[in-house]
Amino acid sequence: MTKHYSAWSILKEGLRHHKGWGKAWRTPKPQAEYDIVIIGGGGHGLATAYYLAKNHGITRVAVIEKGWLGGGNTGRNTTVIRSNYFYPESVALYDLSTKLYETLSRELNYNVMFSQRGMAVLCHSEPEMEMAARMVNAMQINGTDAELMDAKDLRKKAPVLNYSNDARYPIHGAVWQGRAGTGRHDAVAWGFARAADQLGIDIIQNCEVTGFLMEGGTCKGVETTLGPIRAGRVGAAVAGHSSVMAGLAGYALPITSYTLQAFVSEPLKPVIDTVAFSPACGAYFSQSDKGGLVIGGGLDRVPSYAQRGNLPMQEAVLSGLVEFAPILSKVKLLRHWGGTVDVTPDSSPVIGPSGVDGIYVNCGWGTGGFKAIPAGGYLFAHLLATDAHHDISRPFDPSRFLTGHLIDEGAASGIAH
Amino acid sequence: MQRFPCPFCGLRDEREFHFSAEAGKTRPDTTQDVSETEWRDYLYAQANPVGVSEEIWVHIPCREVFLMKRNTVTMEVLSSRALRKEHTP
Repeated sequence: MTKHYSAWSILKEGLRHHKGWGKAWRTPKPQAEYDIVIIGGGGHGLATAYYLAKNHGITRVAVIEKGWLGGGNTGRNTTVIRSNYFYPESVALYDLSTKLYETLSRELNYNVMFSQRGMAVLCHSEPEMEMAARMVNAMQINGTDAELMDAKDLRKKAPVLNYSNDARYPIHGAVWQGRAGTGRHDAVAWGFARAADQLGIDIIQNCEVTGFLMEGGTCKGVETTLGPIRAGRVGAAVAGHSSVMAGLAGYALPITSYTLQAFVSEPLKPVIDTVAFSPACGAYFSQSDKGGLVIGGGLDRVPSYAQRGNLPMQEAVLSGLVEFAPILSKVKLLRHWGGTVDVTPDSSPVIGPSGVDGIYVNCGWGTGGFKAIPAGGYLFAHLLATDAHHDISRPFDPSRFLTGHLIDEGAASGIAH
Repeated sequence: MQRFPCPFCGLRDEREFHFSAEAGKTRPDTTQDVSETEWRDYLYAQANPVGVSEEIWVHIPCREVFLMKRNTVTMEVLSSRALRKEHTP
C-alpha cells in the first residue's frame, strides 16, 4: 500500500494502474474507553486530535462525528485565511493559525492548497482611510504584516474593481495583508484526519452523541448511537450546534446560531488573484482555481439552524458585490448554500472549560472558523492535554463573560457580522 | 421572501423586522446585591434552542416590540403577540 503522497508515489502508482493506494484513514469501531473523546469531526475537532498526538503524545483519542468528516462549516465556508484583526489577543490567535497553515501541506503530507494571494479590505472614503491607517498600525504593532494601500497600487493588484470617481462608493484604498489567502477547505479536514489516523487516533463517523455519562457531577464519557464511550476528558468542537451539547450536559454558552451564506459562480477566466472585501458594500470575493467566483457576506439576521439562507441576505450580498465590481453583474451563480455558525456577543471564540467538570469547549468562531482551524486545534489540544490554557487561548476563556474582558472584534475589525 | 406577522401591521416582509433577544429573561433586581454570575447569565447566556424558540422582535416601521414563537429549523412562524399590557389581540 502506498501511504506517503509524493510525485514519486504518483508515478509509481501510475505504473501499477493506481491499484496500490490505501484508504486515507481507517473506519474503526469505537473502543470502550479513551483518554480523550472529541465531539465533532470538522476541521477543529480533527486538528485537535492531530495536535494531541503530535504535540502531547496522547493517542488514545477518538473523534466522534454524527455525519461525515468536514460536512459542516468546514465544507461550507469561503476558504479565506487571514489574520487582519485589531486586538493583540486576536492577532496572536489568528497569526498562529496563518503560520501553521503556511507549513501545513508539508507537515500533513497533504496538499491543503494554501495560496497566499493577499487580501484587500477596501476603504470608500477619506474617514475610512483614517480608520484603515489605525488598523494597519495596530496590526503592525501586534506583529503581523499589514500595509496601507492607495487606490493606484490597489488597482495594479485588483483591476477588476470599480475605480470610477462617480461610483456610489468610490475606492480610496485598502488595508492589504499579503500573507492572507485561500485554502482548499475539504483538504484541511481530510489532511488532518489522515495525519491523525496515522498517529493512531480513531475517527468514528456516523456516530451521534446523544448524552453525557455523568458520575458525581463529573463527565466520564459520552452516550452515542453506537453505545457509551468512556473518556478521561471530553472536548466539544461542534460549531453551530454547541448549544445543543450545552443543553445535553447542562452548561450555558453565550452563543446564538445564525445562518451564514456563501455563493459560487459559474467558472470564468481569471479576473482576480487576490481576496477583495468591501465592508461598506457587505460582500467579498475571490476566485477559485476552477475559475468560480467564491462570494460571501454577512449573517442572515434571523437565528437559525436551517443550514439554508434567506433571500434578503442573498440580495444584499450580491448587490453589494455588483456595487464594487459591476463588471460581474452578468455572472451567473452555480450554487449557493448556508452553514450554521455560532456567534458570540464579542465575535471572538470561546476556548476553555465548559463549567461542567470533564467537558471542554472550542466554539464561538462564528463566521471565521475555517481560518482558525490549525490554531483552534493546537490550543484546544493543549487545553485537553494539560488542563491549562496556552498563553494564546487564555484570553478566550469563557470567564471573560464574567469579568467583562470581552475582545470585541465585531466592533473593531470591520468584519462582516 | 418570508413574511413575519407584526401584531399591529399584519404580515410584513422579513426585512422590516429586527431580532432583539430570546424571551424569558428577567433583569436582575438592582435594588438587591447582584452577583457577577447573575449578570453574566442575564447578559450573555443563551438557550439557543433547536426547534421551537420564543423571541422578542421589533417591527422597525411601527417600532413595536413583540413576542414571536418560531421554529429555528423549519423557519415556520408559530405565533406572535404583543407585549403591551393593554393590547388584547
